[in-house]
Amino acid sequence: MSDHALDPGAGLAGAFTDDKAAQAKFLAHQRRLLWRKRILPVVAIAGLIFLWWAAVEAFDIKPFIAPSPVAVVQTIIAKFGILMTNLLPTAIEAVLGFVLGNVAAILIATAFVQKKTMEEAFFPVAVMINTIPVVAKAPILVLLLGNGMEPKIAIAALICFFPTLVNMTRGLRDVNPQALELMKVLSASQSEIFFKIRVQNSLPYLFSALKIAASTAVIGAIVGEWIGSTTGIGALIIQATYNFDSALLYATIAVGSTFSAAFFGVITYAERRILKWNVGRAV
Amino acid sequence: MTVQAIAMRQTPPQAPSPPQGAGTAIDCRGVTVRFTTERGTVTALQDVDLQVAAGSFITLLGPSGCGKSTLLRVVADLIEPTAGSLTVLGDKPSVARERRDIGFVFQDAALLPWRTALQNVTLPLEVGGGASRPGNRDPRELLALVGLAGWEDAYPHELSGGMRQRVAIARALVSGPKLLMMDEPFGALDEITRDRLNEELLDVWAKTGVTILFVTHSIYEAAFLGQQVLLLAARPGRVRELVPVELPGERRLPVRETVEFVQLAGHLRRVLETC
Ligand SMILES: Nc1ncnc2c1ncn2[C@@H]1O[C@H](COP(=O)(O)OP(=O)(O)OP(=O)(O)O)[C@@H](O)[C@H]1O
Ligand SMILES: [Mg+2]
Repeated sequence: MSDHALDPGAGLAGAFTDDKAAQAKFLAHQRRLLWRKRILPVVAIAGLIFLWWAAVEAFDIKPFIAPSPVAVVQTIIAKFGILMTNLLPTAIEAVLGFVLGNVAAILIATAFVQKKTMEEAFFPVAVMINTIPVVAKAPILVLLLGNGMEPKIAIAALICFFPTLVNMTRGLRDVNPQALELMKVLSASQSEIFFKIRVQNSLPYLFSALKIAASTAVIGAIVGEWIGSTTGIGALIIQATYNFDSALLYATIAVGSTFSAAFFGVITYAERRILKWNVGRAV
Repeated sequence: MTVQAIAMRQTPPQAPSPPQGAGTAIDCRGVTVRFTTERGTVTALQDVDLQVAAGSFITLLGPSGCGKSTLLRVVADLIEPTAGSLTVLGDKPSVARERRDIGFVFQDAALLPWRTALQNVTLPLEVGGGASRPGNRDPRELLALVGLAGWEDAYPHELSGGMRQRVAIARALVSGPKLLMMDEPFGALDEITRDRLNEELLDVWAKTGVTILFVTHSIYEAAFLGQQVLLLAARPGRVRELVPVELPGERRLPVRETVEFVQLAGHLRRVLETC
């Protein structure tokens, strides 16, 4: 290799100069951005909670209409055990529904991309099912699947299914045509094209769908529990409402939302780890 | 690459090709390509006759839409000719393609964004049964050859346009093709970078003995790189003239200031104006 005059290239290879000061400045800037991203929402939430507290105090709002944040926190601490025993079934339903709905969507999207006829036949059906509101699907599924966890899992799965189906189909299909030509030049097989191009191409689309699904799966499970259920976040919401226990109602909602946010966080973390090549571009 | 390795690469392949194909890399006879769309039929290429000797460097010049890309794609078996016959390295294009004798560099590099530079170069060895070919070359060595040593783990979005093109060239060379198709590979680059890559490409060509078909819109690039310049005319796309390039001395950038070069460029421009 040394016998050759490729110095312009060699010059480019040295493009990473060792500028310690600039590097330190860059890293400090990155750290500042990260902390901004973490602190700003915390400040915003704290501000809103303060406003809420101030409003309840100032207008002397009755506890059965809206509790003060202090009462909500007290309830969370006092009834932590009850809240957690009710969160557990909801979490299981949401996670199982999430897995089921997304796996089904990914498999069907794969079938759609392999066989255009399948898509032409079944995509309209999926659209039609998707137009039925969750509150209408829930009783149907309870009638079909009984009173256990199954209908809730089914609702969570259904609610995750559609966004993933649409995104995954697009991600598998909308491949750079030159990448496909390249694979043809390389005489690649259909399965090589699928796994090395289409699947890779679909991952960013899939993750944006999964992030939507992480929160909607929890909503699906909760809505499922509104109908004839005795445990779960959804059931607790109904009970608290009937008992005019607004503090418990708010506490339950806070617990459900926290779980939802944590679920979203897990997916976002997985995306960062798996899509290293894409994260750099997105930021 | 050692001197010995270069010498070995330039000896003929182990399995001797059929006699009539030995010295001819591409043999087009009456190749016609038509595209039919809802807006009618376009004749992209009309009766193209072209013989390219093995080891030569041909540049293609012609107005936009005259079928330069189409010609490259027919030879690489990405599209089938509507009429005419075509032999690539003594066989049908599909056979040459499956033997991995053809490398293709696309206009916009077409790197896979989820693969690092090195992984992009390695791709041809992972698919289409490319792993076991005897002509395969070391991806790291090729990245170094195109001046990207140290950039193996960079993702495409971290590379400049010129660097991406170099990765694409390394990728096209990795399975040791005998024929390299380059479709405006340096079209999007600034002139200085383009000059450098032109010289590097000539080095790569000299080292590997590969036959190159190179599309460009630059008269100077066509005249500097090619042993012959193929001028195509548009509507319908057809061969206008095959101009031999005879320049004094070594093919280094200063050759562009010689009288011969300026005269050649002038001739190419005058023909091109009538295409
Ligand atoms: N897949 C296709 N379908 C329909 N028409 C096509 C297709 N590919 C090329 N054409 C037509 O064939 C003609 C030649 O196209 P081609 O891409 O080969 O031109 P070109 O010489 O490479 O042009 P440019 O310099 O702009 O890249 C054009 O008129 C184009 O519209
Ligand atoms: Mg073109």
